Amino acid sequence: MLKYIIRRLLGFVPTLFVIATVVFFLIRLAPGGPFDAERNVSDEVLRNLEAYYRLDAPLHEQYFRYLWDVLHGDLGPSFEKPSRTVSEWIAYRFPVSLELGLYGLAVALVLGLCAGITASLRPNTLTDHVPMTFAMAGICIPNFVLGPLLVLALSIHLGWLPVSGWEYPEDKILPAITLGVPYAAYIARLSRGGMLEVLSQDFIRTARAKGLSEARVVLRHALRGGIQPVVAFLGPATAGLITGSFVVENIFQIPGLGSEFVGAALHRDYTMILGTVLFFAALILLFNLLVDLAQAWLDPRVRYE
Amino acid sequence: MSRPRSDWQRVAALVVCVAAAVAFGGCGARETRAGKASVEGVLLVGNGAEPQELDPHLVSGVPEHRVLSALFEGLVDLDPATLEPIPGTAERWTVSPDGLVYTFYLRDGAQWSNGDPVTAQDFLYAWERILTPTLASEYASMLHCVANARAFNTGEIKDFSQVGVKALDDSTIEVRLEQPTPYFLSLHVHYTWYPVPRKVIEALGGMTARNTKWTQPEHMVSNGAFKLAQWEPDKVIRVEKNPHYWNAAAVRLQGIAFYPIEDAMTEDRTFRTGGLHLTENVPLPKIEMYQKEQFPFLHIDPYLGTYYYRINTTEPPFDDARVRRAFALSLDRDTLVAQVVNAGRQPAAHYVPPDTGGYTSNARMPYDVEQARRLLAEAGYPGGQGFPKVELLYNTSDDHKRIAEAVQQMWNQALGVEVQLLNQDWKVYLNSMNTLNYDIARSGWIGDYSDPYNFLECFLSGNGNNRTGYASDQYDRLVRKGASIMYKTGRLATYQQAEDILLADAPIIPVYFYTRPYLLSPDVKNWQPNHLGYISWKTLYVEPPPEQAR
Amino acid sequence: MSEARGPESSVEPIAVERGASLWRDALVRLRKNHLAAAGLVALFALLVVSLLTPWIAPYGYEDQDLALGAVPPSGAHWFGTDLLGRDLFTRVLYGGRISLLVGFAATGVSLCVGVLYGACAGYLGGRTDALMMRFVDILYSLPFVIFVIILTVYFGRNIVLLFMAIGAVEWLTMARIVRGQVMSLRQKEFIEATTVMGLPRHRVLLWHLIPNTLGPIIVYATLTVPRVMLMEAFLSYLGLGVQAPMSSWGLLINEGVQTMENRPWMLIFPSLALSITLFSLNFLGDGLRDALDVRASKD
Repeated sequence: MLKYIIRRLLGFVPTLFVIATVVFFLIRLAPGGPFDAERNVSDEVLRNLEAYYRLDAPLHEQYFRYLWDVLHGDLGPSFEKPSRTVSEWIAYRFPVSLELGLYGLAVALVLGLCAGITASLRPNTLTDHVPMTFAMAGICIPNFVLGPLLVLALSIHLGWLPVSGWEYPEDKILPAITLGVPYAAYIARLSRGGMLEVLSQDFIRTARAKGLSEARVVLRHALRGGIQPVVAFLGPATAGLITGSFVVENIFQIPGLGSEFVGAALHRDYTMILGTVLFFAALILLFNLLVDLAQAWLDPRVRYE
Repeated sequence: MSRPRSDWQRVAALVVCVAAAVAFGGCGARETRAGKASVEGVLLVGNGAEPQELDPHLVSGVPEHRVLSALFEGLVDLDPATLEPIPGTAERWTVSPDGLVYTFYLRDGAQWSNGDPVTAQDFLYAWERILTPTLASEYASMLHCVANARAFNTGEIKDFSQVGVKALDDSTIEVRLEQPTPYFLSLHVHYTWYPVPRKVIEALGGMTARNTKWTQPEHMVSNGAFKLAQWEPDKVIRVEKNPHYWNAAAVRLQGIAFYPIEDAMTEDRTFRTGGLHLTENVPLPKIEMYQKEQFPFLHIDPYLGTYYYRINTTEPPFDDARVRRAFALSLDRDTLVAQVVNAGRQPAAHYVPPDTGGYTSNARMPYDVEQARRLLAEAGYPGGQGFPKVELLYNTSDDHKRIAEAVQQMWNQALGVEVQLLNQDWKVYLNSMNTLNYDIARSGWIGDYSDPYNFLECFLSGNGNNRTGYASDQYDRLVRKGASIMYKTGRLATYQQAEDILLADAPIIPVYFYTRPYLLSPDVKNWQPNHLGYISWKTLYVEPPPEQAR
Repeated sequence: MSEARGPESSVEPIAVERGASLWRDALVRLRKNHLAAAGLVALFALLVVSLLTPWIAPYGYEDQDLALGAVPPSGAHWFGTDLLGRDLFTRVLYGGRISLLVGFAATGVSLCVGVLYGACAGYLGGRTDALMMRFVDILYSLPFVIFVIILTVYFGRNIVLLFMAIGAVEWLTMARIVRGQVMSLRQKEFIEATTVMGLPRHRVLLWHLIPNTLGPIIVYATLTVPRVMLMEAFLSYLGLGVQAPMSSWGLLINEGVQTMENRPWMLIFPSLALSITLFSLNFLGDGLRDALDVRASKD
């Protein structure tokens, strides 16, 4: 197993290398440079800026220099926001995204599993249809509509929760809900499906026949198999949740990595784009690995390839 | 299938209870954050975007200006009500009769926030730093009115002592200008003219290093009414009263918190739920609603800026001034402003905003469809026949889009021409303008200081902000002549002639003059609006309403 | 990014055997599923309305009435008007055309690329397969927004081209599903028989393998369309949507969110249109999955 993990980790290196290469050249194809501004920047200043950030060298030279720096753990300075380096920006913003993502994940799991499992216990009745309709609605409402609607209802009309910010604990409730709901909807559907399949299997019938309480049957026996699809889904979902959501961060004014990434792309902050892309890619790869390990643990039939 | 069990109902009930408890717990004490801050003497400000930096030499935006003007103070300050120069770090100054040499006398008690005295050398160091080519400051051109500053900034001369600034002693500075600059004193409220803490910068990377830590709260030293206490990007910037400020006794605010809320809708909601004293903006659809409700917190100030369309004069059909005029004449500004833009904005029949440094243009661009059609016909396109399809470029924004959609219809109906809309995001849009790769493009200019030169300069031939390919010897001559005349009447009259030419040649189509809409809490006292959007933080204070103070 | 890609739906690999009866069975099962049948009918109606929009719409999508401004629903304007006095009913109709076109174009491209790619990888197997799948992994870990921004820059605001390009990025999951199917089919006797008969490889692939994976492909495609339509809405939120004055649902919803407090109709109608479509597609997708799922039907 350790050998397997090491092999997978080693496999990350060429992947990240390809990604760095592709993105490095791709972003330079987009028109407009990092120093174009509304008030014209004179040619001399532009030349000096490019010299300062070594953008005047031939492209291939910049590329090799960048790779060399990355190998030494240096993601470079930010062009747009010079007070911190790219690594420092990621270190500043990622914990926020992580925190928000984990709250979102908690919301998604609690709501999703409750709804999904409840629905699976009595399929095709009201207790199935009601949560599943909500789940479908959760999938179909874009979060830039859901967020403002929640704010309108809970903050402006009822005055319960703050509208924006990331300073106090109560600031974090609405963003977590907005972020978590679409995922909760998927989890509800997946867990319902998984539970239905397990509950119809022989060993559950046996357990019931033995006179075990329903709660025990569901919690001890069915759940482990029933949430398998949810576990498979959790990998990409968690990666998506913690890498930050531009919309939620924008609506609630949260200093996360998602808004930084979109901002960097729009501002042509080359080093920042590359830095965040590499960081995201590494995270996603890591989560896929974790999910594979979790699946193997839940279901011994899955073998390490 | 399974039996329904009360277990599940219990779990569900529990979940509901917890959710409700959390929700109600949050609504226990209902004192707003702004209300609390009013009691503490702290002002909560929505600041639009996150500042790029807090280094006055490496920034170029308005959000940066708001924070930096709280942290630093230049030689001269402005009276927020009249925009007249008043003493800042300099206690007094003298001007030579030819208007070229200014001598500033620093006040005795001027100190940095660490207690060090502010000296003439600090200012000189700052000016040398911003003009040094290798620092590549984007806004260094604000200092180009100083003799030889441009030459030093572009690297033509290497020796800073040739630039027209000199420390006569520790507290006296002499500035020699290239030519008479009547607005020179008002430049000093702009961050490009602020002093910077020499020792700190030298200790943390030196004069020309861009990526240094000197602007972090633990290092930052400033000379203004406030000092930096906390800077968490995209969260909050807090400044607190600077006890070493020379006039600290008169500063009544204990601190200011700047919240970088980019989304105007979010900012508006934050204000309404008591999270802010002052917003940076108000979303357009909300302004209309507030006006209808007579919402008492809505303020709309005139703002020194013009929203206009620029035309690429280098390509047919717009290389013909008659075609450009036809487009300019057939824009129904009154309807556009009343129905689409509103927010108290004024239709712009000329370019430089009214009363810019005492100047108002003579020229007017009327709404005259008849004449527009005639001009278009003279140019060879009667009724728009044979007129090529042209594109109207705007950068991503709901407001720009709505205006462009309305203008597209107006031109189509008035001239029978087909105009297509083209939306590009910011950097692509800038690139298109810089490379003259557009037909007509939305644009705007906000004045840095209240003088027509700031606006007219843009359309000098070859100016970096021209971006229309427009070049007129006569215009250039008049603008330059105006700038060199010291006496107000002669100068402004010359500018008026220049603007007549600009409007007749129509490389731009003025649309409206900006206003600055914002929401302001009644807790904020001594608020003095002006058309530069300049806020004098040190004279403001906050006071909770009487019933809350009890 | 989470909004852009959306959570992945899981489609279990299922084996579909050839035979007309199977499809007929599936159809019967689908018809019994009321929600899915309703979804199918709703979708069909939407498609017809979209096709006939130029004849149905009471106004032009860009006809403005600045003096009128935004008014609530009335007899003259069923859904009310927007800030420029344009008829919202008309704009929802035209917006639907764009949104549906975008959804189907992107799904179509992702279908073509994903199916061919996945089938090739699965059929060729071995080192080729490993290499091809590694490439898919790399693309999976690329954040999505950057692609979209660069693509908009390249294709400008030509929304259909843009979404075909997005489809070209969206094929990854499809490729994985098809590959899994093909790998399991490859062992089946009738495929081995083709090899014995000496049929050329591309014929085996196109005529024997791919048709047998149609079930999961259809199901997954049905679920891709709503994802892409949501993505269009997300792009509109970023300001990278369709070129004005044309409208799309995403764009209309985004405008509606801006003014939802004083002009709720501008949010409600486009949101309803989008939600109904997404509901229909998702119900249909679910129904198809149940109907085509051989394993489940054995119970």
